[in-house]
Order: sequence, then structure tokens, then C-alpha cells
Amino acid sequence: MLNPGIKFMQGSQALAEAAITAGLRFFAGYPITPASEIAEHLAKELPKVGGIAIQMEDEIASIATIIGASWTGAKVMTATSGPGFSLMQENIGLAFMTETPLVIADMQRAGPSTGQATKCGQGDVMQARWGTHGDYASITLSPNSVQEMFDLTIRAFNLAEKYRTPVILLGDEIIAHMRESIIIPPKNSIEIVNRKKPRPGETMFFGGEEIPPMPSIGEGFNVTVTGSTHDEYGIRITADPVGHRKLVKRLVGKILNNADEIVEVEAYNTENCKIGVVSFGCTSRAVYEAVERANEKGVKTGFIRLKTLWPFPEKQVKVLAQTAKTILVPEMNLRQIFFEVTRVAEGAAKVVPLNKIGGGEMITPEEILAVLLKEGA
Amino acid sequence: MSEEFSLRTYLRDIQPPFCAGCGAFTVMNTFLRAVHEMGHKDLRGFAFCSGIGCSSWIPSPHFKADTIHVTHGRSIPVATGVKLMRPDLNVVVFGGDGDIVGIGLSHLIHAARRNVDITVVMVNNMIYGMTGGQVAPTTPFKLPTTTTPYGNFERALDASKLIASAGACYVARWTTTHVSQLKESFKTAVNTKGFAFIEVISQCPTAFGRRVGFKDAGEMLQWFKANSVTVEEANKLTEEELQNKIVVGEFVKKEAPSLTETVYAVLKEAQKK
Repeated sequence: MLNPGIKFMQGSQALAEAAITAGLRFFAGYPITPASEIAEHLAKELPKVGGIAIQMEDEIASIATIIGASWTGAKVMTATSGPGFSLMQENIGLAFMTETPLVIADMQRAGPSTGQATKCGQGDVMQARWGTHGDYASITLSPNSVQEMFDLTIRAFNLAEKYRTPVILLGDEIIAHMRESIIIPPKNSIEIVNRKKPRPGETMFFGGEEIPPMPSIGEGFNVTVTGSTHDEYGIRITADPVGHRKLVKRLVGKILNNADEIVEVEAYNTENCKIGVVSFGCTSRAVYEAVERANEKGVKTGFIRLKTLWPFPEKQVKVLAQTAKTILVPEMNLRQIFFEVTRVAEGAAKVVPLNKIGGGEMITPEEILAVLLKEGA
Repeated sequence: MSEEFSLRTYLRDIQPPFCAGCGAFTVMNTFLRAVHEMGHKDLRGFAFCSGIGCSSWIPSPHFKADTIHVTHGRSIPVATGVKLMRPDLNVVVFGGDGDIVGIGLSHLIHAARRNVDITVVMVNNMIYGMTGGQVAPTTPFKLPTTTTPYGNFERALDASKLIASAGACYVARWTTTHVSQLKESFKTAVNTKGFAFIEVISQCPTAFGRRVGFKDAGEMLQWFKANSVTVEEANKLTEEELQNKIVVGEFVKKEAPSLTETVYAVLKEAQKK
């Protein structure tokens, strides 16, 4: 585990180190570009703190294995990229339905399919929200620096433990592979959240309250875990309409009703702008410069950087839509967050997409500035 | 074994969903008898994982134990995660042939290769029973199913043979008529250090038996009995003579370092550095 201080390191390493700091003790993964460095770093470092890192036969087995390990009380994680993330989707639903805390790091690359495996993309935004089948809600965080790979990984574990749910850390090839200086804070200044455990004799682990306590296997609770619709005690209720509604609405509600606590954004000049930008991840790095230059040129420009993608930061974007006449949404996909901004803006502002895919080419400050000057004129 | 065996010691008071005559009752009963004879007064020392299919309902939610009922085919990796973090528990997987050697086959092979110390009980009824009788990788050649109405045009998989060659430490196959042998095999499997696989040829009178011409479960059991040959007998028979026979017995019984041993050895080594 890293000592506090200033370190120069890769995004993937920062993520892996943060995971260990957050209490990760079981990792399972399958090699995939650009996420393999996470598995490699953990394979080396996790055993030193008594944790297990294992390479499974595929991504389906990886997430299944960490679900099993999470039920023994361990903090668990897997790491992958788009194709592997697709393979994990069914078991993400299982983790959601069984209220199993776990973290999935998805370092996005250019898809669909094998696409451009070594090149950056931001095309998994909607997969992170809607990838599994049925009704659910997702917690998805979006780091945009090596520092945030550290900070948001800690947060991902904390949210997973607090809300008893899978949390997706949606990075990208650029953030995963770049190297920057970061500050590792002193251990005692880092907030670490652990799942709520039941008291002896408790029997209700799947209801009765918004986030029920979670026992571990082997503690004598006789816990009945099932991906089928179940009652508060974990007993299958596969035909009762009321039981299904009650369960799924609670599972979705425990995330959406707590959006204010989960959502984090970085907001700049949003109260006093003519034009706004909403962006996230690697693309947001180019936005800082473009916004600064636009303001220098007299175009009052605001910026919301989404550190949380899901639940979508509706309140913050709504405020921007009421201030700005136009909102620009640059992203390295063919429009995904654009549709969310459009939905939330409800016509109060004109929403303009700026999209670029292929070759891992980032959207440049100049490209963003050009639209800001044109639309803000 | 001073106390008398009672299923109720180990079962929740929930009506099992199995059809009349289903082999899952026999597997459930026989397994719990083995547990009783091993001296377990309850299932505290166990954790059970199962996927999707009728036989995945043997442990969940019926066993008074920690049970995880997961997605189709994925019980083995879930069990692997449990076992690696809790090597002290007996981790047992129950699943059907569709779950274990259809959709989940890759995990089964890798679990045997890794020699993860869990027991996998595959209840092989040669059909997808829960979904209404579709062809399985274990359905005998030429037999009709709902998705092969003109007869199965594929060959059946010999799961025990496959898993024996994949590195398992214990492999046995019995039918639901071999209850005492099956019970002993359950004990051996649970006590095996390393990967143990038990295949139970089981009757599905509803989705299999009645379609291929059996009057009831009893007729199917008689069919199992008449066609079973032991491993020893099978060694003397030609491949032709073994057609449509069920080879029963213990195929593998050996020792090899288990995954938990090798993983924890690595942890110890890494912590020295």
C-alpha cells in the first residue's frame, strides 16, 4: 500500500492503489486492453496485504466470482473494457437484485465490438446505465485525472458498501494510461465506509428498510441469496405482482432517492453564463482550456463536469439550462450524454452535440472553442 | 449418528417445487442423509451455490443454510469466490446438466483444472426440464425433444469423462437408483481436498420420460437399473456394447494440491517480501 505524499503514477495504478486503500481484498478479472494494467498491479500488490487476485476464464466468471466473494464479507472488484463489460451485464443485474456491493472498473475503448481496442472512446455511458435487462438504477462515476482515479475509486467502494449495490467506475483508455502527479492523502484522512452488518438474530436482509443489513456467508445467518424476485427474507416470490413491485421499486429508489448524496459535479461559472458546456472523463480535460479562452474573448461560458454520470446530475444541469441559452455537449461517442442533457433541459436551452470518434483522437480545445464562439456570438 | 435422521433438521418448511416422481427429491434426500451420517447436526459448515434449472432448487431456498442462487450457468465461479475467501467451509454446487455442462461448461472445466476445492453435483436428467423439455447437450442421440421433434441429431456429452480428464480429484456417476453408493460418494466428495464432481443420472418424468415413451418415473428407474454397468464391467465391454449404457461408479479418486492451498501459499510468500 502506498505511503502518503506526492507520487507520479499511471491512472490504472492509482485506481488499483485506491482500491487496496478502500479495503479491496478480492479481485477477479480477465485480460483486456486498456484495463489489464489494473489486474497486473493488483496481482502484485494485493497478496502483500493478504488479498486475492485471480484471473478467471472470462469476464462472466470474473464478476460471478467477485459476487461470491462479496457475500463472504470481502470488498471486491473487477476491471474490464467495453467487450468484457458487455459480458458482465447479466451478472450486474444479479448483483443489483441481490444487493451485492462490488466495483466494476470499465476503461472505455472505441467500440462497438472489437472496434479499435487500443484507442480511447466514451461509448459505454448508456451501457453503464442500461446494460442489464429489466428495471434498475446505476451508480456510475467518471474520473478525469489520475488523481480522480484514486479519489473516485475510494468513493466507488464507499458507495457500493453504503448502498449495497454494484458501482461502475467508468474511466477511459486515456485516463487509465496517462501518468500524472497525484497526492496520496494520509490514511486517516480518507473516509472508508463498510457495509452495515446485521445483529445476531436478525433475519430480514432483503427489505424492511431502504438499505437492509448484509450478513456474510458462514456467520450462521442462513442467508438465502437469489436473483429471483424475493421477499424481505430472501425467499423466492416468482408470481406475486405486489412483491415484485415492492422489491424492484425499493432497489431503484435507494439509488434515485439518494441522488443528491451520490451526485458530484464540478461546476464553473454556471450562474452567470450565456453558454454552457457539459462534459466528462478525458474529454472534459480539453473543455477547461476552451472555456477559459471563450471567457477571455468575452463569451460568458459556464461548465459542468460530471463526476457522477448515473444517477444523472439532473438538478445541476437543469440550473445550467435555465441560465445558459445554449449547452454544448462534447463527448467521444456519437451522442449519449447529449440525450440526457436534452431531456433535462426540457427545451429551456438549445443543446448542441460535439462528437468525435476513431483513432483515439480527443476532441481538442480548438474544436470546442470554435463552437462556443459560434454559438455564443 | 446417535440421533435419528430427519429431513426437517436440514430443510426449511417450504414446499419443494418438483413434479411428482422427480429425481431431485432423491438427490436432496440422499445428500442430506450423507451430511447427517458425516455428523453434521446442521448445515453451518456448508455454503451452497446453484444456478438456474429445476435441480438448482435443491438447496435454494430449501436448505437451512447459506445459499446463493445465481444466474444460469454461473454457480461454479460464484462458489469459487466463496471458497477462496472461506476455505473453512464446505462449498457445494447443485445444478442440472443444462446449467453445468450446457451454458456453464467452461466454468466446470476450469474449476476442475484449477482444482478448486468445491463439490459440484450435476443432476443429469438429459433434458431442459424447467423450460419444457428442450434438447440438452446430454440428450441421447435420436431421442425426440420439443426442439428436436424428429429426434436429436447430436451426440450426448460424457460429462464425467470430460471432467476426469480436466483434472478433478474425485469424479463419480450414479443414477437415482444407486442411493447408497450415491450417499457414500457425497461423503467422499465433500471430504475431497480438491475438485469433486458427482453426476447423478436422474428421471424427469414430465419433460423427458413421457415424451420418449415411459409410463411413469418408476419405469424410468427400471430403465436406469437395467442399463447401468459399473466402471469395472464397462472396461470389459466394447464401445458398441456400451452404446446406450450408463457407466456408473468412481472414475477418479486422487490427491493433488488444491486451489486454496496454492493461492494461500502465494499470499504467504508475497507477505514475506
